[in-house]
Amino acid sequence: MNSTLRTQVGQLAHRSVLRTLRQPAQIVPALIFPLFLLAVNSGGLKDATNLPGFPTSSYLTFALAVPFMQGALFSVMNAGTDLARDIETGFLNRLALTPLRGAALLSGLLAGAVVLGLIQAATYLVVGLTAGAELAAGVPGAFVIVALSVLITVGFGAIGLFAALRTGSGEAVQSLFPVFFVFLFLSSMALPRNLIQATWFRDIATANPVSYLLEAFRSLLITGWDAKALALGFGIAVAILAIGMFAAGSALRTRLVRT
Amino acid sequence: MTIGDSGKGIEVEGLVREFKNGPRAVDGIDLNVAPGEIYGFLGPNGAGKSTTVLMLTTLLPPTAGTARVAGFDIVSEGPRVRSAIGAALQEAALDPLLTGNEHMRLQTALHGIAKPERERRGRELLARVGLSEAADRKVGGYSGGMKRRLDLALALVHRPRILFLDEPTTGLDIQSRTALWDEVARLAAEEGVTVFLTTQYLEEADALAGRVGIIDHGRLVAEGTPAELKAEIGRPTVEAEPRDPEDQPRVAAVLERFGPGAGASPRGAAARLEGGESDLAEVVRALDAEGIAIERLQLHAPSLDDVFLAKTGRSLEGAGEAEEADTGETEVVEA
Amino acid sequence: MTGSRDIPADGRRREGGAFRAIALAVAWRSVHNFLTNPAFFVPALVFPLFFFVAFAGGLSAIAKAPGFDFPSGYTAFQFVFVLLQSAAFGGVFTGFGIARDFETGFARRFMLAATHRGGIVAGYALAALIRAFVTWTVLTTVALVAGMQVGGSGADLFGLFGLAVLVNLTATMWAAGVAMRVRSIQGGPLMQFPVFLILFLAPVYVPLALLSGWIHTVASVNPTTALLEAGRGFISGEPVTVALAFALAVTLPVLFALWARGGLKRAEAAG
Repeated sequence: MNSTLRTQVGQLAHRSVLRTLRQPAQIVPALIFPLFLLAVNSGGLKDATNLPGFPTSSYLTFALAVPFMQGALFSVMNAGTDLARDIETGFLNRLALTPLRGAALLSGLLAGAVVLGLIQAATYLVVGLTAGAELAAGVPGAFVIVALSVLITVGFGAIGLFAALRTGSGEAVQSLFPVFFVFLFLSSMALPRNLIQATWFRDIATANPVSYLLEAFRSLLITGWDAKALALGFGIAVAILAIGMFAAGSALRTRLVRT
Repeated sequence: MTIGDSGKGIEVEGLVREFKNGPRAVDGIDLNVAPGEIYGFLGPNGAGKSTTVLMLTTLLPPTAGTARVAGFDIVSEGPRVRSAIGAALQEAALDPLLTGNEHMRLQTALHGIAKPERERRGRELLARVGLSEAADRKVGGYSGGMKRRLDLALALVHRPRILFLDEPTTGLDIQSRTALWDEVARLAAEEGVTVFLTTQYLEEADALAGRVGIIDHGRLVAEGTPAELKAEIGRPTVEAEPRDPEDQPRVAAVLERFGPGAGASPRGAAARLEGGESDLAEVVRALDAEGIAIERLQLHAPSLDDVFLAKTGRSLEGAGEAEEADTGETEVVEA
Repeated sequence: MTGSRDIPADGRRREGGAFRAIALAVAWRSVHNFLTNPAFFVPALVFPLFFFVAFAGGLSAIAKAPGFDFPSGYTAFQFVFVLLQSAAFGGVFTGFGIARDFETGFARRFMLAATHRGGIVAGYALAALIRAFVTWTVLTTVALVAGMQVGGSGADLFGLFGLAVLVNLTATMWAAGVAMRVRSIQGGPLMQFPVFLILFLAPVYVPLALLSGWIHTVASVNPTTALLEAGRGFISGEPVTVALAFALAVTLPVLFALWARGGLKRAEAAG
């Protein structure tokens, strides 16, 4: 007897989605925390729009890109800690004793990240627009924002899976949070790159791929359709996903040393 | 696809598992388990039982040696081995967020059981382990015994010919333990399932296993039926408790004429009878000749712990805990 | 009989000695674990430094916004926030440690040994303060090397760090109270989130006068604002809202100490 790849992915995806939806403690902070920071920062940094060269008069519109990236952080943690728990409880061994293929395991596990990504993107967008943010790219732009957000969430989720497979520990996965947080901060998160005064900070932000992800979102919110920004953003998101899946696949082969 | 050659059980030759910078957890094991047999693998904590099971279930590659499970080589034919075996490992390995039914659905699907058959099979197994009523509750709310039963049920979804149970009743209450024993015995007797059971509980090995292998420090130190192993030791123990507690040293002195001292109750004394049960009459006469009034006299048959003690110089119960404190030197713990 | 040190002249002296003994023992263990475990030590240093660098470095252009006229410059402006933030989160992380001790059963060891259990909480608070001093030393050194301008006198700086001490104590008492009630690391978010809220609903990036809208309203009533403004006044040598800030900074630890004591009683009752 053997099950098809489609059945395996389907079953694991089903489980992954169920688990995500049954853990409000995973979903609620992922929604509330970024929105809270959006509210605080858009209120506290409103004066930044008075700086010459600031791209918009609405700091809320400028800052709305950030929750999508923060949501990706939660994806790393949630996907990673769920898999780490499976490793710690021995559930991964149970799966390893079935004909399950590694690719099916990873793809299935990320289904929960897709669902969370969709919920997050829709929530941030609705709340942001309701609060007065602009969306220069209109309704089609909203779909592109959601698509980019889901792509980023899944890509970061794959990194979380890699961390879980490498360490086998939920605590170790959670200790990555500060690392990703640093990546987010050392970017064009709070100000456009050209307005960052400290040269060293500006250089780091320029080299930081997160800046381009933020700028892709911002291009849809502030400018409309900026092909270069979108190409960079989607390209980097795809690259993160590819690297994450490759690393996770490699770590899975080591973790599941079954013969 | 054949699910193993039903004529073959488990054949192990020179199996070794070494860990980097660590001891040899399994140090050259040879054993054979016939199809349909319940084989008990007994040993203290840290003896190498779980490592052996992980290798035989293909979850850990051996460092050296060979093994065939259900006729398939564990290294070169891993997927075929896995299709022929079920395993309930040391951790119950369940997802606390899923219900019993959802676990069944997942497991049956992953084993390629046809969709119409999945629900029927799941219901049948859950009923068999007494979890029908709890099937729609999340496993996070199950008791330890319920989790173990679900674990066993999940290991059986694809009708494996060989079942590996790694300390299946550790931490369970007596009712849960007995229920699990009954199910394991039934699987072997009625369905011909070969069971490889690791345990640190003597009574479990005694109650269930047709044959027992005793492992210590990664090596098989004894193997045979429980009766054979005990007969090998061959020496029953007599324990006598004097009516007057102050006679205890005199009782001990008398018993020592018949064999070396053994563990006894605080008020009594005991000795292993070198001459076997037939020495009992002489013991009674000797005590009478000394004028010692006896409150209680008991004859104990050897236990598997006695077997372990004879083979290793240590008692099985407590040997694992003593090992954890070991600094690397062999320490003889008095029984 | 053992030495006369063990035989008190009166009951009170025994109690005081016992309180001190358990507090020092708890504090020693906590500080020892902190200093010998990179997993604890490194984040406690790195995070505040990182925030300082990100805020002071990345947002320095904000100082050019019209109306921003902080005399000691943006680096000093952010240093005060990061100092108080590290004080607060130091207390929260101590709460994590307390929760972990209860979850693993280690706290029971203290509960069994201590004749005066208040000493346990005092010990944790003392450890939190020692750890905070280590962090502040590194943070201040880095800020000075980065060119932070300090307009305040020695007394002003004493006032600034005094505020930080009281904030640390408040946060520790808050987190300890939660930890002893929940007795599990699952209480972590409950300890952390309110502190995060109260810190960030304050003039983090610009002075209160430059905030507008709902955030200005909230920040105006947030006690953190008074503490921040007083701290920034100290570092620039132009103290403001000192009385209010210290009134708050002294009252809050007392209130939260009562909260922590309630938590201790709950933990005792749970066994």
